[in-house]
Amino acid sequence: MSADTESANTEQAAAITGLDNLETGPGDGAKRTPGELGGKVWRALWPKVLAIAIVVGLWQLVYALKVKPHDILPGPGQVLPALWDQLGHGQLWQAIGTTLRRAVIGFALALVIGSLVGLIVARVPPVRAAVGSMITGLQTIPSVVWIPFAIILFGNNTTAILFMVIITAAPSIANGLIAGVDFTPPLLMRAGRSMGLRRFALYRDLVMPAALPPFVAGLKQGWAFAWHGLFAGELLVIVPNSPSIGVLLSSDQDQTDIVGVISIMIVILVLGVAVDILFNVLNESIRRRRGLAAAPSTSRGWRLSAGVAR
Amino acid sequence: MSQTDQQASLDGQATATSPARPAGPPSVTGEPAIQITDVSKTFGKGQSATVALDGVSLSVAPGEFVCLIGASGCGKSTLLSLVAGLDAPTSGTVSSGGRRVAFMFQEPALFPWYTAAQNVALPLRANGVGRKQRQERVRDLLESVHLGGFADKRPHELSGGMRQRVALARALAQDAEVLLMDEPFGALDAMTRDLLHELLEGIWRRQGFSVLFVTHEVREAVRLGDRVVLLSSRPGRVLEDFSIEIERPRGIDSGQTVERALQIKAKLNEEVLRHVG
Repeated sequence: MSADTESANTEQAAAITGLDNLETGPGDGAKRTPGELGGKVWRALWPKVLAIAIVVGLWQLVYALKVKPHDILPGPGQVLPALWDQLGHGQLWQAIGTTLRRAVIGFALALVIGSLVGLIVARVPPVRAAVGSMITGLQTIPSVVWIPFAIILFGNNTTAILFMVIITAAPSIANGLIAGVDFTPPLLMRAGRSMGLRRFALYRDLVMPAALPPFVAGLKQGWAFAWHGLFAGELLVIVPNSPSIGVLLSSDQDQTDIVGVISIMIVILVLGVAVDILFNVLNESIRRRRGLAAAPSTSRGWRLSAGVAR
Repeated sequence: MSQTDQQASLDGQATATSPARPAGPPSVTGEPAIQITDVSKTFGKGQSATVALDGVSLSVAPGEFVCLIGASGCGKSTLLSLVAGLDAPTSGTVSSGGRRVAFMFQEPALFPWYTAAQNVALPLRANGVGRKQRQERVRDLLESVHLGGFADKRPHELSGGMRQRVALARALAQDAEVLLMDEPFGALDAMTRDLLHELLEGIWRRQGFSVLFVTHEVREAVRLGDRVVLLSSRPGRVLEDFSIEIERPRGIDSGQTVERALQIKAKLNEEVLRHVG
């Protein structure tokens, strides 16, 4: 290469680099200071704290108005201390442990089964024609309907409860995967095929990553259904000598202990919310990696301080 | 194409179909890199059938840069899909003589879940290139499109021009002897586009692959092509095959380029006006 073309090359490289710098702007890789992180946590937290305060306030109001007798509908003043007291005992934690273990094992099995079924249905057209709509049909069966079937098939034991989790969660997971596979952008499919991606590589590099967002949505829905199935199972399938949240709830019902019932319901709600937050973190990280989420500072554009400070 | 033909074109005595590339690498064989023979393509059936291409014949020599232009509906993109093997012709034959063919689209079509480097590595992985060698190739390829510092960025963090350069590096990673480009710079601003013309021309002259480049911009075609092939619209047929003998490197705004573009544009306008009635 002559000196002439070489200098033209460096000139070209310089021009391109200049344009690149203009177009990409200043780097946003700056580290967050602890103060900024604290601000972020606070921004995510205060709406939730406020919502809880409003609910507790309304509850106290209904209690004070004596809509129902106080021994039938207790107020937060009775329930919250009772719940606090229960949290100090091992029995509640043991029950939470048993229930969560069932939820996690059942959901993991549902994940494997649902993904396998979903992949086969998505890939094989005759199978899809045969069972595609049946999967949605399975989702519409109320979870308690499976109880007699589960008890007769497996007996009063943990297997029956795990079956409840799997049968309620797997259809949503399968459906999420099927929808995801359908969402592979045709242009990327053409690009993938033209660069020689085939079979396994096509699935690993294109179809599966493209399917991830609908799949995660399916997981989230599957978890909600699993939670239904799990408590239907724990309330109605009586497994001897295994204190679970469902068992605590039904024994409180037997003793007409309304304070205990509400306490357990609060525990169930908190666990459900905690898992939902986990899924949201997963979802958010996928969105951020793909440039679907705005920068953190603009995505939460509405702030309590917005109207006050500025 | 033989050496004597090459000489003839150097002397500026080329016929309409013989390529002229005074500064390009010499062609190696006489056999064309792409041979399109009497190709027709019809979409749909019966009443609603659309004839996209009707008896198109075209050949591209090894190392030749051919631009396809035409108004909307001339089947330019269809023709590229046929050469890439993404679609099959209704009749006629398309052959690239077993050569590896790479495709670049109007959109970068990068995988948004992978970084720039991972995107460029995809065809290497598909071809079974080992990890260590792959990393080196990816670094060189990104360097060649001036994106060495952006290997770990994801597509959404890059500008349109940068994404299209990643797509170019990914196409080059296929080690193809034929590069098909479907309006690759159509969505870019003029300055970025001019720089990418230089970049593409430089890489093409060093590596000597064949290019079939679709565009609707006549000046872009004259800027880049050894030949500019004008297609008619509905159905697509080859109307005229212009050979461009302006010395490289050319400027898109230079007098010679503009003048030649005006001649071709006049023909294109004639073709468009034919569809007024």
